[in-house]
Amino acid sequence: MIPAAFDYVAPTTLAEALSALAEAGEDAKVLAGGQSLLPILRMRLNAPETVIDLGRVAELRGVRDDGDAIVIGAMTAYADVIADPLVQQHAALLVAALTEVADPQIRHRGTVGGALAHADPAGDVGAPVLALDAELVIAGPGGERTVAAGEFFRDLFETAIGEGELLTAVRIPKHTGWGARYEKFVRVSHQWSIVAVAATVRVEGGTIAEAKIGLTNMGATPLRARSVEQALVGAAATEEAVGAACAAAADGTNPPSDLNGDADYRRHLATVLTRRAVLAAAGG
Amino acid sequence: MTVTESAPAREVGSARKRKEDQRLITGRTRWTDNIVLPGMLHIVMVRSPFAHATLTRVDTAAAKASSGVMAVLTGEDVKDIQGSLPNAWPITPDQKAPAHPAIAVDHVAFAGEIVAAVIARSAAEARDAAELVDVDYDELPPVLDLKEAVKDATLAHPSLGTNKSAFWQFDSAAAGTGGAVDEAIEAARADGIVLEREYRQQRLIPAFMEPRSVAVDPTGEQLTIWSATQVPHFVRIFTAAVLGIPESKVRVIAPDVGGGFGGKLQFTPEEVITVLAARHTGKPCKWTETRSESLVSAHHGRDQWQRLTLAATKEGRVTALKVDLLADMGAYLGLVTSGVPILGAFMYNAIYKFPAYQFNCTNLFTNKTWTDAYRGAGRPEATFAIERLMDELAAEVGVDPLAIRELNWIRHEEFPFTSVCGLEYDSGNYEAATSRAKELFGYDALRAEQAQRRASGDRVQLGIGVSTFTEMCGLAPSRVLGSLSYAAGGWEHASVRMLPTGKVEVVTGTSPHGQGHETAWSQIVADRLGVPFEDVEVLHGDTQVAVKGLDTYGSRSLVVGAEAVIKAADKVIEKAKPVAAHLLEASVDDIEFADGQFTVKGTDKGKAMAEVVWEAFTAHNLPDGMEPSLDADATYDPVNFSFPHGTHLCAMEVDTETGATRMRSYVSVDDVGTVVNPLIVEGQMHGGIVQGVAQALWEEAVYDDAGTLVSGSFVDYTLPTAADTINLVTDRTVSPSTTNTLGTKGVGEAGAIASTPAVVNAIVDALRPMGIDDIQMPCTPERVWKAIRSAGGTQGAATAGSSAPHFDAGESEKGEVL
Repeated sequence: MIPAAFDYVAPTTLAEALSALAEAGEDAKVLAGGQSLLPILRMRLNAPETVIDLGRVAELRGVRDDGDAIVIGAMTAYADVIADPLVQQHAALLVAALTEVADPQIRHRGTVGGALAHADPAGDVGAPVLALDAELVIAGPGGERTVAAGEFFRDLFETAIGEGELLTAVRIPKHTGWGARYEKFVRVSHQWSIVAVAATVRVEGGTIAEAKIGLTNMGATPLRARSVEQALVGAAATEEAVGAACAAAADGTNPPSDLNGDADYRRHLATVLTRRAVLAAAGG
Repeated sequence: MTVTESAPAREVGSARKRKEDQRLITGRTRWTDNIVLPGMLHIVMVRSPFAHATLTRVDTAAAKASSGVMAVLTGEDVKDIQGSLPNAWPITPDQKAPAHPAIAVDHVAFAGEIVAAVIARSAAEARDAAELVDVDYDELPPVLDLKEAVKDATLAHPSLGTNKSAFWQFDSAAAGTGGAVDEAIEAARADGIVLEREYRQQRLIPAFMEPRSVAVDPTGEQLTIWSATQVPHFVRIFTAAVLGIPESKVRVIAPDVGGGFGGKLQFTPEEVITVLAARHTGKPCKWTETRSESLVSAHHGRDQWQRLTLAATKEGRVTALKVDLLADMGAYLGLVTSGVPILGAFMYNAIYKFPAYQFNCTNLFTNKTWTDAYRGAGRPEATFAIERLMDELAAEVGVDPLAIRELNWIRHEEFPFTSVCGLEYDSGNYEAATSRAKELFGYDALRAEQAQRRASGDRVQLGIGVSTFTEMCGLAPSRVLGSLSYAAGGWEHASVRMLPTGKVEVVTGTSPHGQGHETAWSQIVADRLGVPFEDVEVLHGDTQVAVKGLDTYGSRSLVVGAEAVIKAADKVIEKAKPVAAHLLEASVDDIEFADGQFTVKGTDKGKAMAEVVWEAFTAHNLPDGMEPSLDADATYDPVNFSFPHGTHLCAMEVDTETGATRMRSYVSVDDVGTVVNPLIVEGQMHGGIVQGVAQALWEEAVYDDAGTLVSGSFVDYTLPTAADTINLVTDRTVSPSTTNTLGTKGVGEAGAIASTPAVVNAIVDALRPMGIDDIQMPCTPERVWKAIRSAGGTQGAATAGSSAPHFDAGESEKGEVL
C-alpha cells in the first residue's frame, strides 16, 4: 500500500491551486478529502506525477447564504455540511443523503466537491445535488463558469470539469420547507449504495405540489426521475397514489449487475425506494 | 506470625477488566510490523494474477537494478532449499497432495500465489521494484467449482492426475457405535419421513484485524523469527523441518497478535520466504502484507457442498443421518486443511440420539486460495446442516422446531452420554438452556406476532430461528488425534515461577491473540496460590520463554492450557509444604494450605506463601537435601474433548418487498461450564455470534470465471461492523465439565458455530408459508427477493462474479503486486 512517487503541491489559495494545476499538466491529480484518491494511489491503480492538495485552500471551505441559494465550498467536509444550519434549513435533502455516507470517520474527511468531481455513480452526493437543481461552479485559467447539475455528470467517473479546471462550489437553490428523504439500500452500513433514491417534495394541503427525485447507482451517472416527478404533481400523499406515480421510477435506466444485485433487482428496488422516499418526504 | 482471618474474594468468576487491554487498545505495544531492527530490509511479494498457469519465465534483471534492491528471489533460485510447506493431517494413508513451494517454480495454481520476492532497503523501494519483475505465464484452464472438480475433467494440478485428495468415511455400523444408515433410510422411505437436502457452505475469509507480518533476524547464534501467528511453537518446528535448520537454532516470537480466527493457524509461504531472504542477505528482513494481499493469499475457510439424507419416524424421531460432503481444499493443503471437514464429522449428530449415522467426505483441489481452519473449523458446517434439517423436519411433521428437538435430544439425566460417533459427552442440560432462552426471548409472544403478521399479510414478515448446538473443542486428547492421523499431540504445558519478592510468573504454552489469557490465567493462579491478581504475570508467545507449547486454536487454551497452569501451581504448593513444615517445626502431613497461608492443622501457627518463597530463595534454612526452588512445570494431556452447548434463538424481520432482512432479537443461553471471567466470556459470545451471523447474511469470497477473487477488498467482502448488529442478549446456564479441575468448557468458537443456522432458520421460517424451504448463504436481499418472487423455488442464484468499480483505474492495469 505504498503509492508510486509523486510531486506534492499544497497551495493555499485558489489562484495558486489553478496555477499549480496548469503547471503540472495532465498528469496531475487533485486531492480533496482523499477518501477515493488515496486508495487509488496506494493500490497503484493510478500514478500521477503531481498531487495537488486543496486541503489548505481555506476559501474553498464553508457554507454561505447567497440570496435565493446557498453556496457550499467544494472542500467542505460532509460532517460540516450536515451540521450547517443553512443547509439544514434550505437543502434538507442534502443533509439526509450525506448522513448516510459511509461512516463517521469518512464523513469527517470526505468532501462534497471531492465526491462530485470523482463522480462514482454509487456515491451519495450526486443524486441529491441533481435533484436540488444545483449549479456547479468551476474555476479555470479563463475564469469561472457555472454548469447545471444535469450537465455536469457525463459518464462513469466523468464530469464537465475540464483540463486545468477545479470544482470550487455547489450552488443550491433554496428548498425551504421542502420535505426530504434519502432512501439508501445497502447490505452493511458502511457500503456504497446498491441503489438509493433522493426525494424532496413540497406538500400543499395534503397533496404533492412539487417533487424532485434523484437516483443513485441506477446507471453510469446520477439520474433524475422526471416522469415520476411529473406524475406526482397533484397526487395525494398516500401510499396508493404515490405508489402508482413511482411505478415508472426505473424506466429508461441502465443499472449495473454486480455482487449486490442484478439490473432487474435494482430496477425493482428503485421503484420501491422511490415510493418510500417520496412518502417519507411528504410526511406520510 | 498468625494467620489473617479474612479470606480473599475469589477471582474466578469475577468480571475483571482485562489487564492486557490498556496496551492493546492504545496500540502502545509491540506488533510484528512495529519491529525495527538494525539494517533491516523489506520484502514485497510478486504474485500470480492467474488462477492456473505454467510459469515460463521470471525476469528479475530490471528489478535487481532498481534503487535500493538487495536481492530478488524466484522459485528457480530457491527450489533446492525452500522445501515444501507442510500438511500435518494426512487424513488417509493414500491422501494425494501436490508439492507446496513457498515460491512457485514452474506452475501456479491460484491467483495470489507468490512467483518472486523483492528485497530492498526500504518498503517503498521494494514496492517500486516489484513492478519491474517481468513474468511470462502460459495460462491453463482453471477448475473453480467443486461440482466440476469432482468430475476430474479439468485438473487443478495436472501432474497429480486427479482433483481428489482423499475420501474419508465414518460409519456407525462399521465403528460399532450405531446402526446401519442405509437400512434405516430404506425403512423410513417405506414408513416414515426421509428429507433430502443440499446446503452450501460458502467460502469465507477469516479477516483478522492485524494483517500478517514476519520479521527475521539472522544475526546471532539463533535465527529469530517474529510472526503475527497463533502458533509460534508450530512455526519453530516447521521452520526446522521444512528448511533443515536445527530446531535448537530457531527462536520464534509471537508478540502481541491482533486476532486470528484460525487464519493465523498456519505455517506460511511468507514465513519461509522471509527466513530465506534473511539468510540470503545476512540481514534482518521484514514482510508485512497489505489487506488486498491478505484477502487473496491468507487461507480461506469453509467452502463445502453438503448433501444430507435424514430419516425419521412419522412422529419426527430421527432414525438415521447420512452426510455426503464435497470439501474444497483450494490449490494446496495447508497445515490442517484436509482435517477441517473431519473436525465436523463427529458433530452432525449434535445433541441428538441418532441410532445410525454415516459421514462421507471427498476432499477436492481447485484453483483457488487454499482453505484451512476458520473459527469453528468443521463444526459450524455440521451444526448448520443438522440445525437446518431439524427445522425442516419440524415443518414436515408440523410441530414447533423446539418440540422436534426435545423429542430427539439427550436428556440431562442421561449424561454422561456416548454419542453415535462414540464420543462421551460429559455433562450438559439442554432443557435448562432452552427453557431460559425461551423465557428471555419471549418466544410465545413472538410466535403470536408472527401469526398475526401472516394473517394480515404484512409486508414485513417475522421468522423465528432455532439453534440448539453443541460442539467438540478443547483440542485435544493426544491419543484421539493420533487415531485420526494428526501429526501432533494435544497436550499443553505451563510453568509457575515464584519470584523472591512474592510475585508470580506464569508461563503458558498457549499463544493468545486477543483472548485475554493474561487476565484469566492471573485470576486462576491468584485463587490457587492465594496471591493478589496484580502479582501474577503471564508470559507467552516466545519459544525462548514458553519453551513448550501447542498454542491457541480449537477453543483449547482454557480447558487444556489453564489446566496445565493449575497443575503447575498445585505442584508449587506441594513443593512449598515441606519448607513450611520445617519453618513451623511441624510434620508435613499436618500442613494445610488455603488462601495463601500454610497452617499447622489444629493450631493458629502459620506462614504466608511469600515468607515460604523467601526462605526457598535464600535457602538459608531449608529441610536437609531439599532443592532450593519452588518453581514447577506441568504438561497436561486432556482425557476428553470439551462439549459446550447452548440454545440460540433469533427473530428476523423480512421485508418481502425488497428482500431486506433485519435482526429483531437475538438470545443466546450458553453452557460453557464454570466461567472464569464473565466479561471475557461475553466478549467471546458477542464476537462469535456476529461472525456466525456474518456467514448467514453478509460474507462470501466470490471468484469470477477466470479464478480472480472478486471480493478482494472490504468494499466487496462485506464484513459487518458494530453498526450492523443489534443488542444481543447473552445468558448462561452452568453444567460444570467433569473432565477438568475448574469445570470449564471451551467458548472461543461457540458463538460462531451456533448463530449461523439460527439466522437462516429465522429467514426461512418467515417465508415458509410461501413454500420457501431454503435460501443459500449469504442470504442477500437479492436472493431473498428472488426466492419470494419465484416462491416455491428454493435456493436462489449463485452470487454474480463481478463487482462494481469504485475507483477509476486510470492508465494502469490490474497489478500483480497487491
